Amino acid sequence: MTSIEIGIPEMPAPDYPAEVRERLEADAREIVARYPDSRSALLPLLHLVQSEEGHVTRTGQRFCAEVLELTTAEVNAVATFYSMYRRKASGDYQVGVCTNTLCAVMGGDAIHAALREHLGVGEGETTEDGKVTLEHIECNAACDFAPVVMVNWEFFDNQTPDSARALVDDLRAGREVTPTRGAPLCTFKQTARVLAGFSDERPGAVEASGSAGPASLAGLRLAKGESTPGVVAPREAASDEEGK
Amino acid sequence: MTAVTHDGGQDGASPQPAGGAADPQKLLTPVLSAHWDESDSYTLAGYRRHGGYQALPKALAMDPDDLIAYVKEAGLRGRGGAGFPTGMKWQFIPQGDGKPHYLVVNADESEPGTCKDIPLLFANPHSLIEGIVIACHAIRSHHAFIYLRGEVVPVLRRLHLAVREAREAGYLGPDALGPGKDLELTVHAGAGAYICGEETALLDSLEGRRGQPRLRPPFPAVAGLYACPTVVNNVESIASVPALVDRGKDWFRSLGSEKSPGFTLYSLSGHVARPGQYEAPLGITLRQLLDMSGGMRPGHRLKFWTPGGSSTPMLTDEHLDVPLDYEGVGGAGSMLGTKALQCFDETTCVVRAVTRWTEFYAHESCGKCTPCREGTYWLVQLLRDIEAGKAGRADLDKIADIADNINGKSFCALGDGAASPIFSSLQYFRDEYEAHLAGRGCPFDPEKSTVWGDDPSSAHLEVNA
Repeated sequence: MTSIEIGIPEMPAPDYPAEVRERLEADAREIVARYPDSRSALLPLLHLVQSEEGHVTRTGQRFCAEVLELTTAEVNAVATFYSMYRRKASGDYQVGVCTNTLCAVMGGDAIHAALREHLGVGEGETTEDGKVTLEHIECNAACDFAPVVMVNWEFFDNQTPDSARALVDDLRAGREVTPTRGAPLCTFKQTARVLAGFSDERPGAVEASGSAGPASLAGLRLAKGESTPGVVAPREAASDEEGK
Repeated sequence: MTAVTHDGGQDGASPQPAGGAADPQKLLTPVLSAHWDESDSYTLAGYRRHGGYQALPKALAMDPDDLIAYVKEAGLRGRGGAGFPTGMKWQFIPQGDGKPHYLVVNADESEPGTCKDIPLLFANPHSLIEGIVIACHAIRSHHAFIYLRGEVVPVLRRLHLAVREAREAGYLGPDALGPGKDLELTVHAGAGAYICGEETALLDSLEGRRGQPRLRPPFPAVAGLYACPTVVNNVESIASVPALVDRGKDWFRSLGSEKSPGFTLYSLSGHVARPGQYEAPLGITLRQLLDMSGGMRPGHRLKFWTPGGSSTPMLTDEHLDVPLDYEGVGGAGSMLGTKALQCFDETTCVVRAVTRWTEFYAHESCGKCTPCREGTYWLVQLLRDIEAGKAGRADLDKIADIADNINGKSFCALGDGAASPIFSSLQYFRDEYEAHLAGRGCPFDPEKSTVWGDDPSSAHLEVNA
């Protein structure tokens, strides 16, 4: 659950240093120009300020408000509605374990428990080295690859507790980690910049991991006669009723 | 049960006894997924190699009203869940009103179990872009948006590339729709909110606000994005348009059934031998899909499944022969939804499954209306107690009562979706709820339902290979 702090009103947030502000303003102009109405730029702008600081700070909210001529209250109302905007400093790598029903049943609950124990952190907490933030996430549209783990919103398909433990060990040790589907991992801040609508310019990032994952091709391979149709194991219910 | 006809009306698709399993080469019809196995299928070159952007000049040569009528006559229905006729949605846009018109593609795919648009956009984004250009010509729009959920960065990268390629090739940008008729396309990443899949919440979100649904009427066709006429369509609906235009409405109508024509992506997931995407004519059955793909995982039986995500009432092994089209699934008391066929075997506790879905709805309720905000909260409390064996028989009536107070009484369909798993699981598995009551707790071992709960060498061969 979200914690809500009640207290005396805070002083206005400090501004960004001049050179940061100048750079972000150039990006913001490009974002605003994509829309007929400037306010539509608010979600990408929040991704942009998150790419600067790793989470949405009061300074970031003030920046969005000034660029779009909104109040900081209006920006805060939006920033707190969406779960991808972090409200506190977090790790370079956000490890999200899907625990919606299907992934949970297929092993997501066990993976989440294994990572809590292995990392010694609770839900939403970050390891002491500042590398990994553990979260449970909702269905991420990869159910045919269950159980799914996302790191900085790249797909790690068909995970087990062992593979997930090895994954976070690699992340903490700074070893290169390659998703099942998606580009070689970059930091959370770099990911947030892509979300703000700026292309990932790393060579090979778009091509990485090929065209489609194996499960996405299951039907196509059957249709082309490339994999064997038919029953892997007899299903009693089906064979009783069929052929009538 | 009468088998659905797929090929020219011949009844050639009946399920066959084990040993002569249904022939996938006859039952499956890859169209959108036909070239996903080529390494560059997501690029402009890969798309054009197989006739990509071939439908566009045909469509642009048609009068916009004729194009709308053509899509209507083809019978294409929305693939995002509700099944509303796509051409009719386009027709509702008032013409000559002097206002800008907008096309907004709903790529917020977040319904639990639903996993078709994300692989489609990853492997074949140009089918969507070609469909967008055609649709914009039809509704006289000069600015379209793709609202992509934010949590899928690999897909976002490929959309950025695809839009850049399409612009460089002149399919987007100045004069894209003809002399003096420009077309802008903006890719917009969301920020994590299931509710933004609801079309009016999506529009509020795209306007830079909290994603909360709007009162209808006025409908988006009259007052949508920036209070201007707007069409909101699902990814798969728009991506299906180029093939429909290129191969013709008669071909399209030759697939599927009279009221549910065409092809579509079915997503098999869960305790099945071979999870994945299966593109077939509307009306195929779960039995046919399971028979061709190897059935449930070895040694296990289907217990319950969703036809189209967690918001569609669950079905059981009694419903294996229900034609998976809008009418067939409706007739079985559920909805076709997104064709997200989540299959659970006998190791799965239905109370655990429903509790988890309900936690999801409570988390994602936007808070705007009381029945959904409060109702989902209390359902979670009660269901957790039931699962833990801390509830009594009266609590089963209470969750049914709360679900009844959410269903149809909430501001948008999220509330109806939250009620569906409750009603349907009580209908088919009331016994199992009762087995949890009075201190007994959950009789299932969650370890047995995991992927590695059985011999790992026999499960998910294709995926692990």
